[in-house]
Amino acid sequence: MDIPFNVKERPDTGLYNGKLGIWFFLASEVMLFGGLFSAYIFLRTGVDNWPAGTDYLDVPLATLNTLFLISSSVTMVMSWASLKLNDFKKYKLYTLITLFFAFAFLVVKYFEYSAKFAHNPPYLPSTNNFLGIYFTMTGLHVLHIIGGVLVIGYLYGPGSKMWNSDPERFTNRIEIVGLYWHFVDLVWIFLFPVLYLL
Amino acid sequence: MTPEEVKHHIKTYVLVFIALAFLTVVTVAISYIDLGVKGGIALGLFVASVKASLVACYFMHLLDERATIYWTLIATAISFLILIFLPVGAFLAQARIY
Amino acid sequence: MSEGHHKQSFWSKYIWSTDHKIIGIQYGITSLIWLLFGFALMAIMRYQLAYPGSPVPIVGSLLGEGGILPSEMYNSLGAMHGTIMIFLGVVPLAFGAFGNYLVPLQIGAIDMAFPKLNAASYWTYFLGSVIMVTGFFVPGGAANSGWTSYPPLANTATMGQTVWLLGMIMLITSSLLGSVNILVTVIQLRADGMTWMKLPIFVWTQFITAFLLLLAFPPLEAAGVLQLMDRLINTSFFMPSGLVVSGEVLQNAGGGSPLLWQHLFWFLAHPEVYVLILPAFGIVTEVIANNTRKPIKGYKSLVYAMIFLGFMSFVVWAHHMYLTGMGTTIGAFFQTTTMIISIPSVVILTALLLSLWGGSIRFNTPMLFALGFLPMFGIGGLTGLPLGLAAADIHLHDTYYVIGHFHYVVAPGTLFALFAGIYYWFPKLTGKQTNETLGKLHFFTSFICMNGVFMPMFVTGLAGVSRRLWDGGESYAHAAGVFQLNELMSISAWLLGVAQLFFIVNIIISLRSKKTGESNPWDATTIDWTDTTSPPLGHGNFDKVPTVYNGPYEYSVPGSKKDFLPQSQKG
Repeated sequence: MDIPFNVKERPDTGLYNGKLGIWFFLASEVMLFGGLFSAYIFLRTGVDNWPAGTDYLDVPLATLNTLFLISSSVTMVMSWASLKLNDFKKYKLYTLITLFFAFAFLVVKYFEYSAKFAHNPPYLPSTNNFLGIYFTMTGLHVLHIIGGVLVIGYLYGPGSKMWNSDPERFTNRIEIVGLYWHFVDLVWIFLFPVLYLL
Repeated sequence: MTPEEVKHHIKTYVLVFIALAFLTVVTVAISYIDLGVKGGIALGLFVASVKASLVACYFMHLLDERATIYWTLIATAISFLILIFLPVGAFLAQARIY
Repeated sequence: MSEGHHKQSFWSKYIWSTDHKIIGIQYGITSLIWLLFGFALMAIMRYQLAYPGSPVPIVGSLLGEGGILPSEMYNSLGAMHGTIMIFLGVVPLAFGAFGNYLVPLQIGAIDMAFPKLNAASYWTYFLGSVIMVTGFFVPGGAANSGWTSYPPLANTATMGQTVWLLGMIMLITSSLLGSVNILVTVIQLRADGMTWMKLPIFVWTQFITAFLLLLAFPPLEAAGVLQLMDRLINTSFFMPSGLVVSGEVLQNAGGGSPLLWQHLFWFLAHPEVYVLILPAFGIVTEVIANNTRKPIKGYKSLVYAMIFLGFMSFVVWAHHMYLTGMGTTIGAFFQTTTMIISIPSVVILTALLLSLWGGSIRFNTPMLFALGFLPMFGIGGLTGLPLGLAAADIHLHDTYYVIGHFHYVVAPGTLFALFAGIYYWFPKLTGKQTNETLGKLHFFTSFICMNGVFMPMFVTGLAGVSRRLWDGGESYAHAAGVFQLNELMSISAWLLGVAQLFFIVNIIISLRSKKTGESNPWDATTIDWTDTTSPPLGHGNFDKVPTVYNGPYEYSVPGSKKDFLPQSQKG
């Protein structure tokens, strides 16, 4: 027994269930990161001296990471477009590139974090509230990246078998995970200037 | 979506990507100009918003999305703005009485 | 499962089920058990309040030296009573159980939009609730900083607070999955002809509730993460500089603000009030329309009032924070919004009261509970007005008056509505009827006892007795005149517990009775009652998904053969 509009769009809303579901999920994610941004503004206005991001953080590395993430975003949307054009090989290629950029982001982040811990004196979340909120926000963002990598990796590997049995549904899945991935990119687009530059 | 439309879309994606990369460089560049704290924040956030809109409109296809999703996002945007501005507004009003 | 299908094992049918009806029942049973548990915590506290310093009977040996409730544990019981009742009891019952079971049935869907996510939501809730209660077994006992967990107290509290935060994050995740599911189900899976303005009010309330949960809960998740960081790795998000605890300056960076927590917490917790009350409105509306045998007054006003209520609930939260030394400008803003939000509540209550006018009312058990809801919620709402105005709130804040106010909203308010719902839909769940005599006994005893517990609280509160006193005010001069009321409240509370035996016995007896064979015993119009097969329903809900032609409350239609016109009947 199949739930209606799982794959096909409902005529009056023009949406299939999964797409609406992911948008609602993203709405709640907006509020989750919104809570943290609100905390950031609150903490910053509450003290006289708020450190500049450049005092603690590495802008060139973060710029590189920004470029990695927007690159992975464009390859993500290309992999979806490839499926729309019935080109499964290109889908595989683009998804692989997406995963590569995501890993690159994680590697850079790893070096960034370890440089903070290795600094003398160490830069820890407890050092001050700027570093605290920096680690919390980027940490939560990294968790989202890892979650995305797991799902995209699954859809690259074993999950891609669905292309043979139900291509439409598989394309939908790529669209949904793409929406999530672009959102994670979008959060970073704000995190980067707010934490590193302003 | 027909294959022609998708091909047309792909061209847009590449353009958007170039714009995003360019704006990233712009964000970093303007952080080196001294605009004062307020000016720097305003300009930085403006560029970030432009980038975010590009991602949302083109990569997430918000430009040709359905009414239901627009309504959801409007509701979310309103509560997001409340969450961002009201606590700090209350806090600033509080700080002023001391 | 209809005949001819392969037999499912007990485990796959009732435990790991993805059928929304089974999940609804799982939610229902779990949350009722937690409600009873939360009630028991309060019953212990009430002994200490009535007879301070004397050993608690029966459970005394579990509590402490000589069977007397220690003050630290009193704090734990208070914090956990609040948390359990709201997050483990009422919300899962109102939204998880009723929403899951009834929303797909009332809109004509074969299941929820995402059945697996639905099961995941229940199990996350279950896990979260178990984590929450394991707090009692860690060193220092369960969370003891109040259900609001205000820092810096909560930041420096014992380990139970960490457990509380972990449990809370699980519960928030669960309600997120549940709300996405309800929203998508209502938008995407409505049957043919079920337009928005033909939705039963109950579905509307669940829909708005889901929106509130979706948008209001995540900031608390963010705040919970921040408090966990504060507690575990010594950040200072909520810690001001130079804080002295037990004579020692705390070793942390400082520069944070306890007010940040209060803002993020109440950003959730005020909409949460409407999460508690909206489903209750929905149930009461269904029951009243059905038992007055006439259309509900002002369907559209109800819908718009509820949407407005949902929206406004996001901009009133700081009326919980007048005592933080809020500036007058922002105080005036929140007082104004608070007064405005009372308007839609009054619209709703008035519409329901007017619906009674001229109806030929059937006084059955669900209707009695629904009728009890109206004045009780009225008292709860009206006593809230002084709390919304800073001048009065400064006197009343953190007194028993506040306790009386919100308990009137939630206990004889929401809980009565939920009982009405249980009695009303019991025939749908089981195909059997509950016992009317026991049901009426349950209502009248509960009604008297509820008022016995909460009415005196207004008196003690106005006298200025604080809500968190371990000895109930015995050692405070200003409480001397009202202290003896504690005994009345406690005895009422224990009798209230005894009165619930009528409910439990009624459910057990009714479950063992024969099926009535009726598929629509209340002659109801909504399509959850249309199916002609004898309940319980199989997987898939409908033999044939109905098409909807009429509004939800077509009772006493002139010229119709029967006195009601089902939504799925052309006519």
